[in-house]
Amino acid sequence: MNFWHAIAAAALAATAPALLAGEIPTDARRSGYTFMGPDTRAMQDDDTANPGMLFVLDGEALWAKKTGSAEKACADCHGDAATSMKGVAARYPAFEKALARPVTLDQRINLCRANHQQATLLPYESRDLLALSAFVAHQSRGITITAGDDPQLKPFVAQGHDLFMRREGQLNLACTNCHDDNFDKRLAGAPITQAQPTGYPLYRLEWQTLGSLERRLRSCMTGVRAQAYDYGTPELVALELYLMSRTRGLPMEAPAVRP
Amino acid sequence: MAALINVPAKAKRGDIIEIRTLTSHIMETGFRHTADGALVPRDIITSFTCRYNGTEIFRADLFPAIAANPYLSFFTVAKESGKFEFEWIGDNGYASTASAPITVE
Amino acid sequence: MRTTRRQFLSLAGGVTIAGTVPIVTLRPLQATPAMLNTAIRNIVGEAQIRTGKVKLDIPPLVENGNTVPMTISVASPMTASDYVKSIHIFNEKNPQPNIGNFYLGPAAGRAQVSTRIRLADTQKVVAIARLSDDTFWQVTTEIVVTLAACTEEMN
Repeated sequence: MNFWHAIAAAALAATAPALLAGEIPTDARRSGYTFMGPDTRAMQDDDTANPGMLFVLDGEALWAKKTGSAEKACADCHGDAATSMKGVAARYPAFEKALARPVTLDQRINLCRANHQQATLLPYESRDLLALSAFVAHQSRGITITAGDDPQLKPFVAQGHDLFMRREGQLNLACTNCHDDNFDKRLAGAPITQAQPTGYPLYRLEWQTLGSLERRLRSCMTGVRAQAYDYGTPELVALELYLMSRTRGLPMEAPAVRP
Repeated sequence: MAALINVPAKAKRGDIIEIRTLTSHIMETGFRHTADGALVPRDIITSFTCRYNGTEIFRADLFPAIAANPYLSFFTVAKESGKFEFEWIGDNGYASTASAPITVE
Repeated sequence: MRTTRRQFLSLAGGVTIAGTVPIVTLRPLQATPAMLNTAIRNIVGEAQIRTGKVKLDIPPLVENGNTVPMTISVASPMTASDYVKSIHIFNEKNPQPNIGNFYLGPAAGRAQVSTRIRLADTQKVVAIARLSDDTFWQVTTEIVVTLAACTEEMN
């Protein structure tokens, strides 16, 4: 093995992290889709029946719309999203050098608005932010998730994993107690899934609207009677990063439909 | 508002075709309250109409029990080329339209 | 009044979500069998309602009562002289007894309509079709609605 091969091998070893303790092996990972009934699957499978696609349509319009004092549209820098945004959501949250921490796709959109469009920030869970992130994420449909591969993200993935394993709330439950130890069983009438966020932002029948992974996480935290982290907090971003990294190998489904 | 329409682009004369529509709307029921006890006023789509080359072929009255982002699927016989026009009407002066062409051979 | 799980959860804590209206969940008035009957008579008048011809397809186990797919079909040749004029859907326990009225005609070719509805609880759903001879036909189905495990807000 020559020198360059050794470097390449070392880099590969560094960028393909080993399974963390208690993690579901790659070949046993299952999207939430596989836990749903046929009617909800049908709703996701057909783009003209999937209400999430209404947001993608809105996002497509916003992508081309000039905004902010810079009078720039997303498309003015990024061009055709079908090529420029293909695969992007599959590797988010991504490391942002200027901030020295990971940012979510929502945060990236707002960084673009602040830095390049000189536009006001879109509030979390606002229709426009969800529409833009749904439009961008939709460009990665079918692409294998690779989030968390960047070695700079390693400490943040570890932080997210710690949070996933930590018991919290009045019910004193950690994410892992349901989603690693008891998936395929039921909580009330609903199947417990593996917590593989393949399809965010997604249309949740319960919400009757599109929502982010952060909204879903906050709703889980409320479920165990814990104080939910605020949108965009480092803890919530780290959890999102860990969840996306544990989903590596599954294809993107955004915008998915879930009960 | 955004709407997704699914009509076959082409059909044979006499074919029975399915038309599917999905449109953005919160369909606020008028039965919910805010944290401070105020009633969230009703805001729903109350009526949907589909016309085929100007002739009404399907109409619906909708109530608060219709889920958000109303979805409707129905059928018609393909009789001639032309266009389907869709109209949603609702509370607070809400009105939205869409159309889809069809070629009948 | 019996306390449902949903009411209990709503008492256990209301949560506000950024970008949505904060909602507490005082259960609104329920439609009653009498209201259901009145709503049906408003459409049908004094006519006799026969059982049959109408089919109501709803998943046997509803995954979420907020968005329930439903298909109604009526056995009819859909010819110029024998067709379905309208289909009316009612429920027993939502705050209001009406779900939707659908008006079609011989040009439909097939008397079938699909939509997505809200069901506040396990309850009875009634579909009534009016045919071109002004006879009324109905089907009644009991729908079991399961509740989502982790709800952050109530509707």
